Amino acid sequence: MRELSQKRAICAMPVAGSYRSIDFTLSNMSNSHIQKVAVLTQYNSRSLNEHLSSSKWWDFGRKQGGLFVLTPTVTADNSNWYRGTADAIYQNLTFLKNSHEPYVVIASGDGIYKMDFNKLLEYHIEKKADITVVCKDMPADANLERFGTVKMNDDCRIEEFEEKPIQAKSQTISCGIYVMRRRQLIEMIEKCAEEDRYDFVRDILIRYKDMKRIYGYRINEYWSNIASADDYFRTNMDFLKPEVRNYFFKQYPDIYSKVDDLPPAKYNVGSQVKNSLISSGCIVNGVVENSVIFKKSYIGNNCVIKNSIILNDVYIGDNTYIENCIVESRDTIRANSRYVGENGEIKIVVEKNERYTM
Amino acid sequence: MVKKEMIAMLLAGGQGSRLGVLTSKVAKPAVAFGGKYRIIDFPLSNCINSGVDTVGVLTQYQPLRLNTHIGIGIPWDLDRNIGGVAVLPPYEKSSNSEWYTGTANAIYQNLEYMESFNPDYVLILSGDHIYKMDYEVMLDFHKANGAEVTIAVMPVPIEEASRFGIMITDENKRITDFEEKPEHPRSNLASMGIYIFNWKTLKESLIAMADQPALDFGKHVIPYCHEKNMPLYAYEFTGYWKDVGTLSSYWQANMELIDIVPEFNLYEEYWKIYTRSEIQPPQYLAEDSVVERSIIGEGSDIYGKVYNSVIGCGVTIGKDTIVRDSIIMNHSQIGDNCELNKVIMAEEVCVGSNVRLGVGQEAQNETAPHIYNSGIVTIGEKSVIPDGITVGKNAVIFGETTTADYTDSQLASGKTLIKAGEQH
Repeated sequence: MRELSQKRAICAMPVAGSYRSIDFTLSNMSNSHIQKVAVLTQYNSRSLNEHLSSSKWWDFGRKQGGLFVLTPTVTADNSNWYRGTADAIYQNLTFLKNSHEPYVVIASGDGIYKMDFNKLLEYHIEKKADITVVCKDMPADANLERFGTVKMNDDCRIEEFEEKPIQAKSQTISCGIYVMRRRQLIEMIEKCAEEDRYDFVRDILIRYKDMKRIYGYRINEYWSNIASADDYFRTNMDFLKPEVRNYFFKQYPDIYSKVDDLPPAKYNVGSQVKNSLISSGCIVNGVVENSVIFKKSYIGNNCVIKNSIILNDVYIGDNTYIENCIVESRDTIRANSRYVGENGEIKIVVEKNERYTM
Repeated sequence: MVKKEMIAMLLAGGQGSRLGVLTSKVAKPAVAFGGKYRIIDFPLSNCINSGVDTVGVLTQYQPLRLNTHIGIGIPWDLDRNIGGVAVLPPYEKSSNSEWYTGTANAIYQNLEYMESFNPDYVLILSGDHIYKMDYEVMLDFHKANGAEVTIAVMPVPIEEASRFGIMITDENKRITDFEEKPEHPRSNLASMGIYIFNWKTLKESLIAMADQPALDFGKHVIPYCHEKNMPLYAYEFTGYWKDVGTLSSYWQANMELIDIVPEFNLYEEYWKIYTRSEIQPPQYLAEDSVVERSIIGEGSDIYGKVYNSVIGCGVTIGKDTIVRDSIIMNHSQIGDNCELNKVIMAEEVCVGSNVRLGVGQEAQNETAPHIYNSGIVTIGEKSVIPDGITVGKNAVIFGETTTADYTDSQLASGKTLIKAGEQH
């Protein structure tokens, strides 16, 4: 993710103009009537905490359940950070033990997708599975190095599971979304901890793949992961496609996000916007093409923004040229600047200049 | 015991009949404004920004959208354990049940609500003005002068003063006299319909005047207080304040928002205006779109050309369509190859393709020229206009129209075509 994740946890990355990555998973959970959600976080979580400051945006402000943000804490017998995904769950095992819901959905916050978890659960029950893993068939040319790949038999039972393969044996990847019985999860996590093992994928999925019934559930609709800068750029650009926009923005159910109370976007004389997404609170005075402009950005006179992503609250001075870039949020770009990502490379722009106007 | 220093009572029951078909189905305070707001957002946001966290909203006329919009007050942070926002409709009593018959009568019928907060001061607001005002500063003025009633006033050009209630004050801003729409105004200080009362004064005056039919603040309560020789003061406000009671002033106020640096600036960090946002996605501007001097709300898709316009949320404007000098409210859909000139289009309107609105010679409106004028075409909410229709200036359309409702696919300037709902 290069410089972008220096500033915030990946699941707090702004996506598609008006959202943050975690909104997709949280909205899916809310829309699936899951009422109790815990977010496990430790890395650079200020942005994320700010975003999750109220549970009402996703309708989690309930008496039954609610939204819980669980960060590592110092206790009498433990002062470790989360040493892995399984350890993160282990350190919050009391939360799981005190719950009464029979099933648990475990999902990463960096997936961009829509999913009815009830369908996933029905499938899980129907297959009599111990763990069900959401999977996606990737196109032949996709780079799978970052993912875990799975191989399923005809019944969709997972026979092989390989984490971050150098030479992938299958084009089907794990999306990092799992469902299992709560008691089963507690049992496995406790066993893991006894053996000083900390990783959910390596120490549970891969280790138990022959002993437990682990099934794959294929997602056929849009799914994307933003965990690398290139994927992040591509995912945002996907929202310029009418079918993707229609799927996420126009089809029920909606994706929810924190409401920012920004005024409508404003287009002054000289603005020329082509094939772009513009978010609320923006003021546009220049040319914008094939780009995604996040909330509250100011684009000065005679600017040209092409094929770029401008994150929240960026000020771009007059006569600036930006092409093939991701401009970090709250940047201030001086007038007459030029930033171009060359040779197919996406340039990440981080400019902390003084801002005088507005 | 619960104690609030000042609570607000917001009069939102009015129909606003001078907005014509725009208020056929909604109360005026719920009419959309400025791309994503509703008129009531301005006084509600002023309240919370001024530290007034207890607001009673008095509703009566067509309250559905208003009620849905306000809900429990979350967008304005008015969901409170103690206080917050309460919607107060007229209610049945064991004897003498009645509608709200006047502004002060509505407040009178809710004395118990106010009493329950044990306030020192009550702020009376109306839900039909666009402005940003710190009511706390007005309260300081009220206290400093030892006033029993303070009326917010606004200096207006003297030639326009005869359209307003005019306050005549001495050098200390104490009100010595007042005139309702005077022919020869003696002052240019117009009442803005914003009052701060000492709670005891308000309660006593309302009870004393209770039998007055159509009890009104401007007509009855203020004159009563004046007769009793109470200290009434005029608080002069010099910021932006706009009455959007007529279609042309409503159009004008919207258009002022698209100036480079508008006098009424929604983009300031200070004094935010809050509203309920149902739609969150960004807006999409297509390859062949042109947007200049306009503001556009969330989730709108623009395929055509938009000039000098205010576009709401979730609006679609089709390919090769040209929109000029118009206001398009939330969720309206406009087909391809249309032309819109100076149109005010309410919410959820569906316009086909090849439709031209606001073309041809100007002509006076046949049914209500005092409402529909200035060349504006007004389209009521949920109206349908089929393909290929041409509509003139000062025309009105309301309801699901079909080609059969038009002669040769035309509606001439000044014509009124109302198919559904209550007529105006």
